Amino acid sequence: MNLPPIDAQRVLWSEQLPGGAHHSFPIRRGNRLRLTDLEGGANLSALFVHYDEKTERYNMADTLKAQHTFYLTRGFVCYSDMGRVLCSVTGDTVGWHDAVCGVSDAHGVEAKYGAAPYQTHRNAMYRNGRDSMLIELEKWGLGKRDLVTPINFFSKVTVSEAGDMRFVSNHSPAGGEVELRFEMNTLVILSSCPHPLDPSPVYAPKPVLLQAFRSEPAGSDDFCRNFRPENQRGFCNTERYYL
Amino acid sequence: MAIVESKLGPRAAVYDFTLPAGEPWLHMIKQGQTFRIHDLEGNQAVDTLFYSAADHDDRYSASDTIRRQGNIYLSTGTQLISSEGNVLMTLVADTCGRHDTLGGACAAESNSVRYSLEKRFMHSCRDSFLHAIAHADCGLSKCHLTGNINFFMNVPVTEDGKLTFADGISAPGKYVEMRAEMDVIALISNCPQLNNPCNAYNPTPVRLLIWD
Ligand SMILES: [Zn+2]
Repeated sequence: MNLPPIDAQRVLWSEQLPGGAHHSFPIRRGNRLRLTDLEGGANLSALFVHYDEKTERYNMADTLKAQHTFYLTRGFVCYSDMGRVLCSVTGDTVGWHDAVCGVSDAHGVEAKYGAAPYQTHRNAMYRNGRDSMLIELEKWGLGKRDLVTPINFFSKVTVSEAGDMRFVSNHSPAGGEVELRFEMNTLVILSSCPHPLDPSPVYAPKPVLLQAFRSEPAGSDDFCRNFRPENQRGFCNTERYYL
Repeated sequence: MAIVESKLGPRAAVYDFTLPAGEPWLHMIKQGQTFRIHDLEGNQAVDTLFYSAADHDDRYSASDTIRRQGNIYLSTGTQLISSEGNVLMTLVADTCGRHDTLGGACAAESNSVRYSLEKRFMHSCRDSFLHAIAHADCGLSKCHLTGNINFFMNVPVTEDGKLTFADGISAPGKYVEMRAEMDVIALISNCPQLNNPCNAYNPTPVRLLIWD
């Protein structure tokens, strides 16, 4: 089951992010971003920073505990550390997106996949999530201290009663979609490097289609706003900021 | 849950301080020293962050820590991993059984979301952290505040992905002890949270000890 087609007149831009690549861009309040796992098995790590005040950023712990969840899907919203909603998950055909495990680093990628530097592999080199995100953060005057736990779209990690973590392979199908509506002007930082817990011994990151488009603001009957009483208050904090 | 008791006695400690509820604590712990947090009255959340003393951007990372050990709970044997992949501390004793690192610190702003908009003005851990770093003048800023450890907090995750705030599993006299693997700065907020039943709405003091 796919999300409804995007009205062509609303599309702002569309771009394919290759597997293992990184990218960053601002997206304005009131616009949406649809992410499509073109081949299946993608991992898209995403960080959200308030574009106008870059010390305000996505906060994993506040997002999880305000909504009593370990993962994200439709209805959940992404909270900043200031009690405001950066973006809402308005659509999802995949059902579970990891919000906890963070990204791979250079050491982990080389240990798992071997060395593949630019000198020998050119742009097929093996990149890692941490360095990819640091490169993008630095482009906006941010750095290591701003690199917090991102969301890993299209990846699923569950935990047993004893707390042991399990990566679910082949979780996201080809054509899997997730859609975000931005409630604040947001800097989006992306890396399509493999999930750090993906047990596959082959470095095979997958491409993701990005489509930005205009949309309506969250009305009083909005699904994400009313998903939890906490979210009603989160939207109240956000809308107050823009009065 | 591995309950491991310590052989260290409080009288041999080089540092012994009782931190009241709602207070911050910023302190250097040297490589090789052992640090104990003692839950004096039970079910007190001790929100804790660690930084490499040599590089504050090399800091405790909840994601790296749980990923490295493949388990979301902290207890004896857990290595606390930094954002650069270094070992900051190793948990060497624990009479509580497990500790949370997903729930983060309470904050004025998140209290307004979680409980009600009017709760914004209550005292919070994030305010304590900010108070401590504002006075310390040691180069830490708001951007250094990231997902922390909540010692003695019980935040179980269900297999279908629900995060629950369960009754505490700590009790008066339980403690956790860790060895510093490098010189670290420890930043604690002894949680003042009055909205969460985990502590029976009664934040209490903790005792902090350091041995050479
Ligand atoms: Zn607190």
